[in-house]
Amino acid sequence: MVRSEATSAELLTRCLECAELVNRRTLERRLFVCPQCGYHFRLTADQRLRLLLDRGSFEERDADLGSRDVLDFPDEPPYGQRLAEVAARTGHREAVLTGTGRVDGVLVAIGVFNFPFMGGSMGSAVGEKLTRVIEHALGERLPLVIVSASGGARMQEGIYSLMQMAKLAAALGRLRAAGLPYVSVLTDPTTGGVAASVALLGDVNLAEPRALIGFAGPRVIAQTIDEQLPADFQRSEFLMKHGMLDAVVARPELRRTLARLLRMLNARAAVRPADDGRGARRRPGARAARRRRDGA
Amino acid sequence: MAVTYLDFELPLAALDTRIETLRRARERGAAESRELRRLESERRKLERTLYETLSAWQRVELARHVDRPQTLDYVARLCADFFELHGDRAFGDDAAIVGGIGTYRREPVMVVGHQRGHSTQERLLRNFGMASPEGYRKALRLFHTAERLGIPILTFIDTQGAYTGVGAEQRGQAEAIAHTLRGMALLRVPIVSVVIGEGGSGGALALGLGDRLLMQEYSCYSVISPEGCSSILYRDRAPENVARAAEALRLTARDLYRFGVIDEVVNEPVGGAHRNPRRAGEALERSIAHHLAELKEQSLASLLARRYEKYRGIGRYLE
Repeated sequence: MVRSEATSAELLTRCLECAELVNRRTLERRLFVCPQCGYHFRLTADQRLRLLLDRGSFEERDADLGSRDVLDFPDEPPYGQRLAEVAARTGHREAVLTGTGRVDGVLVAIGVFNFPFMGGSMGSAVGEKLTRVIEHALGERLPLVIVSASGGARMQEGIYSLMQMAKLAAALGRLRAAGLPYVSVLTDPTTGGVAASVALLGDVNLAEPRALIGFAGPRVIAQTIDEQLPADFQRSEFLMKHGMLDAVVARPELRRTLARLLRMLNARAAVRPADDGRGARRRPGARAARRRRDGA
Repeated sequence: MAVTYLDFELPLAALDTRIETLRRARERGAAESRELRRLESERRKLERTLYETLSAWQRVELARHVDRPQTLDYVARLCADFFELHGDRAFGDDAAIVGGIGTYRREPVMVVGHQRGHSTQERLLRNFGMASPEGYRKALRLFHTAERLGIPILTFIDTQGAYTGVGAEQRGQAEAIAHTLRGMALLRVPIVSVVIGEGGSGGALALGLGDRLLMQEYSCYSVISPEGCSSILYRDRAPENVARAAEALRLTARDLYRFGVIDEVVNEPVGGAHRNPRRAGEALERSIAHHLAELKEQSLASLLARRYEKYRGIGRYLE
């Protein structure tokens, strides 16, 4: 969502919060955080993965899995065409990237929503990709990280979209029963069906500063309510104050924070066998293999 | 009982008025019954064509009908005894979701459902069935009680959606729904869920992760309301656009059955459950009994595995 000004040979970007013009290279160096006001620009999933994972460690899964216009939805342009266009523009087939990677050496299963892909909206394909990566975490006994950036369920797939919430909550239930940790990272914006399924179910919920997080979008709330909204309403700091988050973490600290947490959360989970058949079975030799891989 | 007619039912209303007048006249011995029989037969024909060719939007209107039976109406028909349980033990008691323990066919059952309210006063008290976080947390509390005591669970879905107010956001509406969903997925007792009216988005789904998911014939279930969808698609809520949106969303019981999302469409009396609540209740009762009996036959491991696979399998994509 970084909009460049046409002036100065595309080198200046206007901050969406303080309207300051910032040098594009400075902005990149500062991980797209405005040096003037600290506004966190939205990142694409690719940028997010570069930010969080060790260089070259991301191994994408199910990259070819994508949506289809299952309801023959009367959108304009037609949904199928929109999917093709946004895929061409973003270089991805869906609004989430999933796979494995390392955060400061710790191997994780990871899913990252891509907001530029139809607002990170969740239809069948997003639900399926995330479920598969959760099941992969179960099978390999990996900690799970999901970075949310989504307006919610994808209207164009109707009831199928809604049911992805059930599917994901069930998969996360298995992960939980198997004793594996899940760190959820909420970024701007995380609302609707994604907030009400995956994003707020972390063992640890982290959010970037000032991210919009909530069940109903701000427009819906404005329609329902005629009272004055609190100043930081539905922002990370508001959720923090009301007990929904464990920490609000500025972007430059995010990777380090994640690594610290994962080391502690995962120390026992990685070696503990599942106890009741609801989770994954431990693979023989997994512990030794993991020690070799992690160099621990 | 006075019947509330929807716009598209007005031709029926006109006939009903004439039939009623004739009946009264006959009671006074002042009219012949041939005209009455003719009108009654005309009414049956009209009724059949009217309800066989309902548009998606008309079905939504029926699903939201003010006279339609609600959770507590069905509880009264299904349960010989019922004790309502209240509160989430943390913040408060949300009247938009009701729940309690009852006896059904001489066995205990935990019933939880949305309750929109019938009278204006009751509707206000129950926030029109739009639940707040404490409603979902109460639901989950009752689910866990049922699980601990080995009591099967029955849920009734009937809401336009979860409440979208400031307080609901403050107290974590999204977290409450997510938590309830995950909790339901893991419950070690059988769950039968029925959409008895409007199934509005996440607020409906939060009570709907059953081993069996049923819908009454004139109920609907959708990711977004037709009005909300129309606002996005057509940038207004003009009646013709709302009707088009309702069509586009494929939200009728028949659609969802065809998609394999629900397990059964439960028949209703012609014109909707409110036309004959007793018969609607009997049909519902038969379906619930059938599904509960089947679920009780299953081992716990199989129950949980099948529940997981049921939702795991929903989705259409390319790869």
